Amino acid sequence: MAVIASDRGRRAARAGFFYRPEVRQAIYQIITVVALVALFYILITNTAANLKRQNIASGFGFIDRTAGFDVSQHLIDFDASMTYGRAFLVGLLNTLLVAGLGIVLATVIGFTVGISRLSTNWLVARLATVYVEVIRNVPVLLQLFFWYFAVLKSLPEPRQGSYAIPGGGFLNVRGLYLPAPVPEPGFGTVALAVLIGVVVSIAVYYFARRRQMLTGQRFPVLWTSLALIVLAPLGVFIALGQPLGFDYPVFRGFNFQGGMVLQPEFVALLLGLSIYTASFIAEIVRSGIQGVSKGQKEAALSIGLSKGQSLRLVVIPQAMRIIIPPLTSQFLNLTKNSSLGVAIAYPDLVSIWSGTVLNQTGQAVEVILVTMGVYLSLSLLTSAFMNWFNSRMALVER
Amino acid sequence: MGPLAWMRDNLFSTWGNTILTAIGLLIAYWVVSTVVSWGILTATFVGADGSACTREGAGACWPFITAKFAQFMYGRYPDEERWRVDLVYLLALAGLVPLMIPRVPGKFWNAVYVFAVFPVLAFFLLVGGVLGLPHVDTSLWGGLLVTLVVATVGITGSFPIGILLALGRRSKMPIVRWVSVGFIEFVRGVPLITVLFMASVMLPLFLPPGMSFDKLLRALIGVALFSAAYLAETVRGGLQAIPRGQFEAAEALGLSYSKRMAFVILPQALKLVIPGIIGGFIGLFKDTSLVLIIGLFDLLGIVQLNTADQKWFSPTTAMTGYVFAGFVFWVFCFFMSRYSQMIERRLATGHERTGPAKAG
Repeated sequence: MAVIASDRGRRAARAGFFYRPEVRQAIYQIITVVALVALFYILITNTAANLKRQNIASGFGFIDRTAGFDVSQHLIDFDASMTYGRAFLVGLLNTLLVAGLGIVLATVIGFTVGISRLSTNWLVARLATVYVEVIRNVPVLLQLFFWYFAVLKSLPEPRQGSYAIPGGGFLNVRGLYLPAPVPEPGFGTVALAVLIGVVVSIAVYYFARRRQMLTGQRFPVLWTSLALIVLAPLGVFIALGQPLGFDYPVFRGFNFQGGMVLQPEFVALLLGLSIYTASFIAEIVRSGIQGVSKGQKEAALSIGLSKGQSLRLVVIPQAMRIIIPPLTSQFLNLTKNSSLGVAIAYPDLVSIWSGTVLNQTGQAVEVILVTMGVYLSLSLLTSAFMNWFNSRMALVER
Repeated sequence: MGPLAWMRDNLFSTWGNTILTAIGLLIAYWVVSTVVSWGILTATFVGADGSACTREGAGACWPFITAKFAQFMYGRYPDEERWRVDLVYLLALAGLVPLMIPRVPGKFWNAVYVFAVFPVLAFFLLVGGVLGLPHVDTSLWGGLLVTLVVATVGITGSFPIGILLALGRRSKMPIVRWVSVGFIEFVRGVPLITVLFMASVMLPLFLPPGMSFDKLLRALIGVALFSAAYLAETVRGGLQAIPRGQFEAAEALGLSYSKRMAFVILPQALKLVIPGIIGGFIGLFKDTSLVLIIGLFDLLGIVQLNTADQKWFSPTTAMTGYVFAGFVFWVFCFFMSRYSQMIERRLATGHERTGPAKAG
């Protein structure tokens, strides 16, 4: 009897041991770790064996070797005699350029369309709705192809005549030719005047805020700043005899000379990405503004703020809190989508590094891991910055 | 309200509004006239090759679409076997249509058919090699077929992985949580292209020598893993919206973890995020076009390939092709987004704002 009872007790205790939550959790976690280690072990040994069999070197020794290819658009000096490392930098800068400009352009278009969707003007609201519904339901890659192959690549050759753009620019199959600004002696003084204007405006802003806090009197900050930043430097500019020239593109022989040229690949990628992302930003802006409760706006009007003031001081600050987090992920999407440039031969990071360099060296593992690492760090940096901005905008609760 | 009063209220209420209306009219006129003149008035409707569309000021080259239509739909799938693809589409519709209409009864068996029976049927019908159906290699697949296969397999494959990742991210076990967070954040931080490159270039290196994967299968694995990370975040949103009481009540009933999740938490959480899941599916559907970069021919890929056809060379061939492909994608995505809005309204629980604030 006693033997049976104690045996049962022991069995219950033993079963109980495995039914205790912390024991179970420990077991599951050990299984996870073992499975992960085993997976990575298998992957790494297989990869090593495969690389050895195919005689592919490993390591990053190749970045010091000569690249041997040219790149059509480079922000820093580059030619075929430079290294793979330098080519990587060229690609990275091109990615950053198109992503940065794309974010600015997409934000401008997106906010305009988003606010238009809420316009009391029926026609304007309808047009904005059509824009959003058409653009966001078509793949971005298709839109890039459209802009690049169907629009920009079917423009006339320079010698068959280009489209003239007001102000001295030209558009043809080789790209967008624009006048390049050429600073002349004395232009530095104008730049200095702008800088002084900005610094003084910031000081005026803080002074005006303190005075309003203390006395309640308002100060026309906007107009003072405009005068300081625009009018004063303009005065200096005219007084110094307009020290800024323009180098206009001129048609000579077979092509345009002078000015600056934006490659068709770049223009197509920038247009495609901004127009596509703008349709998502417009929806975010619309729902953000609609997310501010009606009572807030009515309260603002009832304490005597004008319509513009209630929008600027009450609605928009609250809408921004709803808008910023999803806006961040759209900026990240645009940056990641810039990698589609590879499909229209824009020399971005993916095109140069995961395309040409990968093909020439065959070192897939290193090249792809570096590419992923770059995008991962860009994503983390952007979201860190936007989180900081978001916390600045967040509601300060007492 | 009479039409004049309506116009005064909605179009010409102030001077600013009148100017906006004028600008809007100009834009609308320009868009409509361009579309009509390009697509109908100056378009070519009959022709045997690109020369029919080559003339000054020619609009769309529609014969290009009619001549290549079968290719856009099936790729290089053999002519005499194309009925199999059509049959798969029919079987899919037979399952999906009743599933999507809320009033039709028998949702459980319907779901069993769509998620368990249909995939098996579709696989054997499309691949063949059994019951006297000749084998059709996936390298012959193309067009809309590949687009639909990648999108549906991608989303179906991502479901179990995504739910596991979401549960893992909310787990109390630190290692499981870190692994899930690491995977989700890594995948969400990199572009789909790099994941596809990884699947197409690195996956063969990971496998033991002699073992190799079909190119389409590699893309499918990449797409499923990629969308699993996004789905996990959607599902996590649903899990966070479930009140604590539900977890505690399930625990108090003495249910095990898997039973708590499968019968109490997940049914509620997934129902909450149906619109988000459809949104993810729309995104994935559009992103399938990226597989053309690793050499598969989806709808966009096959259109892109055919615009380079010398026989159909004309100044408007490319534009016509993209407009057609864009229209097909648009129809699918627009329909899905409308459906998700309908579901959202049905699932709405009465927490909506009463009146939207109007700006400017």
